[in-house]
Amino acid sequence: MNVNIIEILNLKDKQLVELSKTNVLSLSLVEMKEVQKYFKNIKRNPTDVELETIAQTWSEHCKHKTLTGNIEYCEEKNGKKIIKKYKNLLKETIFKATVELNKKWCLSVFKDNAGVIDFDQKNGVAFKVETHNHPSALEPYGGSATGIGGVIRDILGVGLGAKPLANTDVFCFGHPDTKFSEVPEGMHHPKRIAKGVVSGVRDYGNRMGIPTVNGAVFFDKGYMANPLVYCGTMGIIPKNKTDKEVKSGDLVLVVGGRTGRDGIHGATFSSVELDKESDVSAVQIGNPIVEKKVLDTMLKARDLKLYRGVTDCGAGGLSSAVGELGEKTGVIVELEKVPLKYKGLNPWEIWISEAQERMVFAVPAKNKNKILNLFKKENVEATFIGKFTNDNKLTLTYNGRQVACMEMSFLHDGVPKPTRQAVWKEQNIKKQNPVKVSASVLSSDMKNVLSDINVCSRDYIIRQYDHEVQGQTVVKPLQGNSITNSGPSDAAVIWPYTVVKNTKKAIVLSNGLNPEYGKIDTYKMAASSIEEAVRNAVCVGADPEKISLLDNFCWGNPNKPEILGSLVRASQACYDLSKGFDIPFISGKDSLYNEYTIAGKTFSIPPALLISAMGVIENVEYTVTMNLKDVGNYIYLIGVTKNELGGSVYAKIKNIKGGFVPDLDVKISKALMKKIHFSVKSSFVEACHDCSEGGFITALSEMAFAGEKGVNIDADLIKVDDKKMTLAEVLFSESNTRFIVEVKPENSVNFEKIFKGHIFSKVGYVSDDKNLILVSKKSKISIKENIINLQKAWQKTLQW
Amino acid sequence: MAKNITMVKNMKKLKVIIIRTAGTNCDYELQSAFELCGAGVDRVHINELISNKNKILSYDILAVPGGFSYGDDIASGKILSNELKNKLGDNIKEFALSKKPIIGICNGFQVLVKMGLLPQPEEFEQISTLSYNDSNKFECRWVYLKTERKNNNTLCLWTKDLPEVISLPVAHGEGKFVAGEKVLAQIEKNSQIVFRYCDKNGMEANYPLDPNGSLNAIAGICNKQGNVFGLMPHPERYIYSLQHPAREGYDGIYGWGKKIFQNAIEYLK
Repeated sequence: MNVNIIEILNLKDKQLVELSKTNVLSLSLVEMKEVQKYFKNIKRNPTDVELETIAQTWSEHCKHKTLTGNIEYCEEKNGKKIIKKYKNLLKETIFKATVELNKKWCLSVFKDNAGVIDFDQKNGVAFKVETHNHPSALEPYGGSATGIGGVIRDILGVGLGAKPLANTDVFCFGHPDTKFSEVPEGMHHPKRIAKGVVSGVRDYGNRMGIPTVNGAVFFDKGYMANPLVYCGTMGIIPKNKTDKEVKSGDLVLVVGGRTGRDGIHGATFSSVELDKESDVSAVQIGNPIVEKKVLDTMLKARDLKLYRGVTDCGAGGLSSAVGELGEKTGVIVELEKVPLKYKGLNPWEIWISEAQERMVFAVPAKNKNKILNLFKKENVEATFIGKFTNDNKLTLTYNGRQVACMEMSFLHDGVPKPTRQAVWKEQNIKKQNPVKVSASVLSSDMKNVLSDINVCSRDYIIRQYDHEVQGQTVVKPLQGNSITNSGPSDAAVIWPYTVVKNTKKAIVLSNGLNPEYGKIDTYKMAASSIEEAVRNAVCVGADPEKISLLDNFCWGNPNKPEILGSLVRASQACYDLSKGFDIPFISGKDSLYNEYTIAGKTFSIPPALLISAMGVIENVEYTVTMNLKDVGNYIYLIGVTKNELGGSVYAKIKNIKGGFVPDLDVKISKALMKKIHFSVKSSFVEACHDCSEGGFITALSEMAFAGEKGVNIDADLIKVDDKKMTLAEVLFSESNTRFIVEVKPENSVNFEKIFKGHIFSKVGYVSDDKNLILVSKKSKISIKENIINLQKAWQKTLQW
Repeated sequence: MAKNITMVKNMKKLKVIIIRTAGTNCDYELQSAFELCGAGVDRVHINELISNKNKILSYDILAVPGGFSYGDDIASGKILSNELKNKLGDNIKEFALSKKPIIGICNGFQVLVKMGLLPQPEEFEQISTLSYNDSNKFECRWVYLKTERKNNNTLCLWTKDLPEVISLPVAHGEGKFVAGEKVLAQIEKNSQIVFRYCDKNGMEANYPLDPNGSLNAIAGICNKQGNVFGLMPHPERYIYSLQHPAREGYDGIYGWGKKIFQNAIEYLK
């Protein structure tokens, strides 16, 4: 065994910085000086175990120093400067909205491994989305597999443990057709990353028996060397199991996988820019069957009340997990007792290794044998490694020798809070030149948008995931007959009848993500993403008054004022929209420092805010799918179409300069969502689909080919706010707050009554000739496209 | 007195055992499916069965669910099939030959085939297999299945009174049924083919309607007695019409998968 004393007491500033860098501590000078101060006070140098523990606990990954730190934000608008100071951005924006909304149905928010809301009288539902970006860049398969494995453990580790019901995954990759010569040295080709990531999620998720039901993929060259991999899990938990209560004298039990040298420095490494020297040993190695066994057994132990606390070993490994559980009590751990994959690990490596499939439990001493027996029966390794104390200290020993002893308060609250600068300057955006195209060009544009890499079918990915295991996926990721015909579902609906007997209730999961808008304005990006997530959920039948949100920020280096400024704007949008919609955030995560260096030049990713929505549906029978149902039904477009091509797919493929990013009137949006929900509950809605990437015509095409039906549309009936808009602008604008709804003729009068006073129009009907026919007398254009050809255009791009 | 005991016995619920182990996944929905049909269900870990070898014989129906038993390391279902055969083989064979219903779904089908309980439990030797899909990918989608009949009757007790064509979801990477010519000819001759992949009219179909390229489009088979049934599609994921992509089904709320479990219960009544 090897424990080193690290000289820190007499180091100068430069040497402190050097020490942080060579040991991948990712601590700033200010932080290193704080560490030095602590050890000066106790008059000794730290051991390597102590220094590593501090680095993990204080890492951006674990502590979220930027979002919870001091920020001085300067906004420049119309030549005027406004300065705003934040002491804790998270608490003053996203979390503040949640506190102010004070929803009784929010059971556990922003304090545990996942957010938990009310499901029914007895149960809550928990939801969490994590990122696993840097590992996936270096080792796509292992990185994404352990990403999904990790977020599943978050759900197992919320309260006293929830049962996972569904996974979600959202990816941002570089363009798959990138030339090899353009791929930075030492990095994987984006297509290789994409395929590896998909395979990793597939093999881990499928083996866990958890359906992957919702997601998104966004391709952009900005993610070439730094892909984004978001993994989410939703689970169900009895309401009386949502709190942990660790008591002094409880024993520390580690369960599941063994500890190895994989995943050393995962937490701190995530705050380092990627380059060709990046170390693959920071990536963990996953084994889903070990985790599945833990899942099967621990929920039994939960129901037998054999433990009082549980959390997962994620970033920082045992140091974080045990540290969190023992934060209020203190804890002593005998490191030599931790079961290892192989011999030769140093005490500090045992303590911070991020080896997978491990959960840590706080077990009352009287249950010692019972719980060991329960795990043993199903071949799950479980080992007692220590005890929770009452001295508020973290004490580690190795073969009887003390190798670390620090105050919990220093570890958890000792990190200094420096002030970061943030700036944002308003850009002057102009409307694009009018986009005029002929009928034939419009026809081919339609197909080109459907074939666009960011619109096209994801069936290659979706069908490799078992999205129906557990049998509860009643609105599936691809709808239609799901064999020969399918279109993209707006959201997934899980009906947990195998867990909650005789329930009619269901859970809806959806997401919103649009980094393209963020390139122009992160406030509008955040607003649109929130609306898109909510809109998607409402489309399938969610009640907008019973939706909760998760935020996942993936940004560049927050030490750069412009980058931090765009983060502040997005956070501010989250507050405004959360309040405006009356929809709370319940959990979130940020991944910063998403940067990479090529030939000495540093690139930052386009900021990406993933909004994930979870809602509870009262009656699963009142859910709706997006495929058209019956010939003769009317087609309505709810909402107004504005001249908003900025950041749109159409602008990208036509190389259109300028154009406004879609704006949002939250009052109108909220009102329309309620009315859509009321219409669904009244059984007036046969099919519903939201207009997002690719605009109205793309959404309509998807509904048509998914349902194997034709449509007849009078484009002049589409309500616009700008009479000068050309037909192309009308059809491809990505304005928010728009729904396409199919309604039976006999319900149309009542349906229209619901929307009285709002902007909507009946634009056409479902036809039996399997063609999409669109006429605009005003523009002297008529289009006729076979829906099979549209489906082919949509399906052809992503077939690897 | 003796009469009373028989009466009590008759009133007792039929008992289903679902065998599970590390990597078993579809056990809860399978339990729900049998329970919906009025059966009592125990999900039992293999370790418990091995430590009490006669326990298995106390059940009326045996089910091996889907999933990735032991991670499908070596080959899908291989390790569990060896474990069952080597440690519980005699009792499982006895169960099968006593004409009690046995079903293996997806990974469970792979297990039954690899231990040789299908297609000939009398021989109890592996003579067929399930191999990688022709697409070389995991495939999760709904398929059409043709219910095979001889003289208007199904040999398999599990598929009585099903429509000519039904729809079920598949989700597997190794679902291609492969057997030698002789075996194939024999099971065809004996009418042991229960389901074949087809199009919506029951006609021959190509990928993706046939998701794996099975020989003779085989999706499910049974033994000569018709009580041991293995299939790749998942009937337990279609017990309610709500689970169907177009929400089709029977009696307003049920999916055709339910009928399959119901058949086993009715057979024993």
